[in-house]
Amino acid sequence: MSDHPSTYEPKTGVEKWLDQRLPIVRLAYDSFVDYPTPRNLNYWWTFGGILSVCLMIQIITGIILVMHYVPHVDMAFNSVERIMRDVNYGWLIRYVHANGASMFFFAVFVHMFRGLYYGSYKAPREVLWILGCIIFFLMIATAFMGYVLPWGQMSFHGAVVITNLIGAIPVIGGPILTWLQGGFAVDQPTLNRFFSLHYLLPFVIAGVVILHIWALHVTGQNNPAGVEIKSKEDTVPFTPYATVKDGLGIILFLMLFSVFVFFMPNALGHADNYIPANPLVTPAHIVPEWYMLPFYAILRAVPDKFLGVVAMFGAIAVIFVLPWLDTSKVRSMRYRPVMRWFFVIFVVVCLGLGWCGGQLPDDMVFSIGTSASGTPIGLNYVWLTRGLTLYYFAFFLIIMPWIGLKEDPLPVPASISEAILADHAKKKG
Amino acid sequence: MSAFMTKTLKALGLAAVAATLAVSAPAMASGGAAHPHAPKEGFSFEGPFGTFDQGQLQRGYKVFREVCSNCHSATLLSFRNLGQKGGPFYDEKYKNPNDNPYVKQIASEFEVPDIDTDTGDAITRPASTSDHFPKKFANEYAARASNGGALPPDLSVITKARHGGARYIYSLLTGFKNPPKGLHVAEGQHYNPYMAGALATQWSGDPHHVPVGGVLAMAPPLKDDLVTYDDGTKATTHQMAADVAAFLEWAGDPHATLRKKTGVAVLIYLLLFAGLTYAAYRKVWHGKH
Amino acid sequence: MSEPEKDHGTVVGEDPNRRDFIYIAAGAAAVGAVGVIAAPLVSQMNPAADTLAMASAEFDLGKVSEGMQVVIKWRGKPLFVRYRTPKEIKEAEDVKLSELKDPQADADRVKKGKEQYLILVGSCTHLGCVPTFGAGDFGGWFCPCHGSHYDTSGRIRKGPAPLNLAVPEYEYLSDTKVKIG
Repeated sequence: MSDHPSTYEPKTGVEKWLDQRLPIVRLAYDSFVDYPTPRNLNYWWTFGGILSVCLMIQIITGIILVMHYVPHVDMAFNSVERIMRDVNYGWLIRYVHANGASMFFFAVFVHMFRGLYYGSYKAPREVLWILGCIIFFLMIATAFMGYVLPWGQMSFHGAVVITNLIGAIPVIGGPILTWLQGGFAVDQPTLNRFFSLHYLLPFVIAGVVILHIWALHVTGQNNPAGVEIKSKEDTVPFTPYATVKDGLGIILFLMLFSVFVFFMPNALGHADNYIPANPLVTPAHIVPEWYMLPFYAILRAVPDKFLGVVAMFGAIAVIFVLPWLDTSKVRSMRYRPVMRWFFVIFVVVCLGLGWCGGQLPDDMVFSIGTSASGTPIGLNYVWLTRGLTLYYFAFFLIIMPWIGLKEDPLPVPASISEAILADHAKKKG
Repeated sequence: MSAFMTKTLKALGLAAVAATLAVSAPAMASGGAAHPHAPKEGFSFEGPFGTFDQGQLQRGYKVFREVCSNCHSATLLSFRNLGQKGGPFYDEKYKNPNDNPYVKQIASEFEVPDIDTDTGDAITRPASTSDHFPKKFANEYAARASNGGALPPDLSVITKARHGGARYIYSLLTGFKNPPKGLHVAEGQHYNPYMAGALATQWSGDPHHVPVGGVLAMAPPLKDDLVTYDDGTKATTHQMAADVAAFLEWAGDPHATLRKKTGVAVLIYLLLFAGLTYAAYRKVWHGKH
Repeated sequence: MSEPEKDHGTVVGEDPNRRDFIYIAAGAAAVGAVGVIAAPLVSQMNPAADTLAMASAEFDLGKVSEGMQVVIKWRGKPLFVRYRTPKEIKEAEDVKLSELKDPQADADRVKKGKEQYLILVGSCTHLGCVPTFGAGDFGGWFCPCHGSHYDTSGRIRKGPAPLNLAVPEYEYLSDTKVKIG
C-alpha cells in the first residue's frame, strides 16, 4: 500500500512461506507498523483513527440489531422497543448504534475541517480527498435510511420529505420518485428496501475507506506544516508513535461517546420518533438529525423547490471539486494569514446554518419593533439562512480562488523538522 | 499574531464541539407550550446517579391502573415487567418475575383475547405474567368513538415521546386551568398551558399575546383522594401526578438504572485507560516532539 | 478451434475488417446482455402489482361538521375533507387569480352546488408533508415542514410549495356520499 521500500523481514519459516504466497503480513507491517509518519501531526489527525473505530462500532452493533429487528410497517416500531426492553443488553446495543451515528458525523466533520484548514486536499492528494467526499456522501445516505427503520413519526415524515426531493427534478422526477418509494407513498416497500440498502451501504463505505487509506499511503500524510516529507528526520514510524497518539484520541472520544450512550441516550434524537409512524399527521416541528441541519437549512433558504434541491446537493458537490478551486501555492493555512480568517468565518457559518436548520423559517432571530399591521420587523431565520448560504458558496467559489491569488503567504518552513525547531524556539522565547 | 491565531483556532475548535453538542440537544421546543417542571421535591430518578423509588413506582402503578388505564393502553409493557429487577413489584425472593405471586395476581385481574383450541372460537382468558397489557380498545376507530373523536395515546413510551418526559407528564396532569378570557375552547376540549399546540386561531384577544399551551380532549383526570394508597401516603393531586409520572418514566425506560450504573463503571475504566495511555504516550514520544 | 487461430493476428488470408467486426459484435453482445440483465433488476423497484391495485374510497360527508375537516387515508396518503364556512368560501372566491402562484379559480376545485365541501389530497406539493388544518396566514392550511401557506381553497399562497393542493377525482353518489378515486 505504500511507496516506501518494504522493511519487513519474515523471521519464522511460516512467515516466509506465507510471504511468498500472499504478502499480507508485509502489507500490514509496511502500512501500520513501519510506515513513516510525519513527526509534527497534532491531535486533529487522530480523527482518522477515530473514524475507523466509529465505522467498526456501527457495523458490529448494526449486524446485532438486525438479528432482532423486523422490517415491517406494523412491527418495526415494536421490534425496536422489544430490543430495548427484552433482548439481553439490547438497550446498550441500540443506544450505541443510534448515538454512534451522531458520533460518526461529529468525527467526520472535525476530520473534514482539519483537511480544509491544512490543505490536505491539494495536489497530490486530490483523489484521497474525493474518496473522502464519497465516504461522506455514502454516510449521509446510510444514516438517513437507518433513521427510517424504527418507523416513528420522524422516520416516516423524514423519508417522505427526502424522497420527495427527487420528485423536484423536472419531468423525470415523478417516475423516479415512484420507483424509489416502490409505490405512490412511503410505505412497506420503501421500508423494506431502505432496510436492505442500510445493511449494504456500510460495507460499501468500508470498501471506499480501504481505497481512501490506500491513496493516503501512496501520497503520504499531509501535516500541519503542509510541506512534504524530505528526510528521515521528518518522520517517526507509525508504531508506536502514531498508534499511541491515535489510541489516546480514541479513548478520549469514547468517553464523550459513553456520556451520551449512558447518561443522555435520547438527547440527540427527537421525542416524536417515539411516536409510531402516522401517515396522516406530520409532527408540528419536523427537523432532520442535527448532522443534516446545515444542508436542510440551505434547502429551505431557496424559495424555489427545484433550485432548493439543487442548492442542497450543490453544497455537497462543491466539496468534491475543492482541490481545483484553491489557487494558493501554500498548503497549510498556518502560513496563510488572510485565508485563515475566512476559514474561521466559514466554520462559524456552518454552525450557524446548523442552528438555522433547527428553527422555524418565519421565526425572528431578533426584531426591532412591529409594523402597523402587527408583523414584527427584524431579521427572520430564512433571511439569516440566505446570508449564511451565500457565504457558504462564496467561500468555495469566490474566496478560495481569489484569496489564493491575492494573498501574501508567510514564509513556509523548508522541512517538517525545521518547522518543529521553529515551534520549539517560539515556545522558549 | 500567529500564536494568537493558534489560540483562537483552538478555542474555536472547542467552541465548535460545545456548540455541536448544544445544538444537538435542541431548543426545538414544540409550539408555544409552557416549560414543564418537576415536582417541588424533585424526581429521584433524575441525574446521572438517580434511581427509582420502588414505593413511588408502586403508588404510580396504582394511579395508572385505577385512573389512566380506563382510557389509555400500555401495550409494550408485560405483566412480568412489573416484577423484574428495578420494577415496582420486584421481590428478591422471586428472581424470575413470572413466579412472583403479586405479579401473578395483577395479571389475573386482566382479561386477554385468545382462541379456544377445542372449538376455534375467540374467547378471553385471565392474563398470565408473560402477556402484554391488553389493548384498551379493539382499534383506533373504537378508541376514538369512545373518547369524543380523540385518540388516547398509548403510554408505554410516553415519557420518551414528549419533550420534558416525566416532567411533562407531571406538569400536564397538575396544570389544567380555566382558559384565559378571549380563548375559545370547544365543547369537550380542555385548556392546558403545558399541552403543545397553536392557539392563534381560537384567540380573540391581543394577537401579540396568544396564550401558551393548547387544548386536549382529556378532562383533568386527577383530584385529591381519587385513589387510596396502600402505604398510607396522602393521595393529593400533586402526589398522584408525581407518582404516575415516575411509573411511566420507568415503564418507558425500564433499564435506566442499570444503564447509568454501567455508564459510571465504563467512564471510570476509560479514565484509567486514558491515564495509562497518556503515560505510555509521554514515554514513547519523549524527545521526539 | 483450429490451429492457426492461436497465432494472434498473423493468420494469412484473414480480413482485418472482418476481425474488427467480430470484436465489436462480441462487445455489443456483452453490453446488450448486461442491459437485459439490468432491466428486471431495476424494474423490480417499481410498484408491485398489489400496490398498483389501488382502491377507491367512499365517504359520508355527514361526518364533517361545519368549519371542520376530516382526514381519511386514501392510497397511503391523507385526504382532507373540509366543510367550509360561508366566510371561508367567500374568501376563496374573492381572491384575484393574478395574485396566485398557481392560478386556479375556487369554482374549479369544488363541485358546483357543493361549494362547502372541499376534498383535497393532504400532501404538501413541496415535499409531501401533511399540512396543518386552520393554520397559516390564509386560514387554510400550513405545512409545518418548510412553511408553505395554503388558503381556504387549498391554493398555495406563500412558501416554497410550487402547486396547489391536488384535488382528487371524485363523484357524488348521493347528496352526502362521495366516491373518491
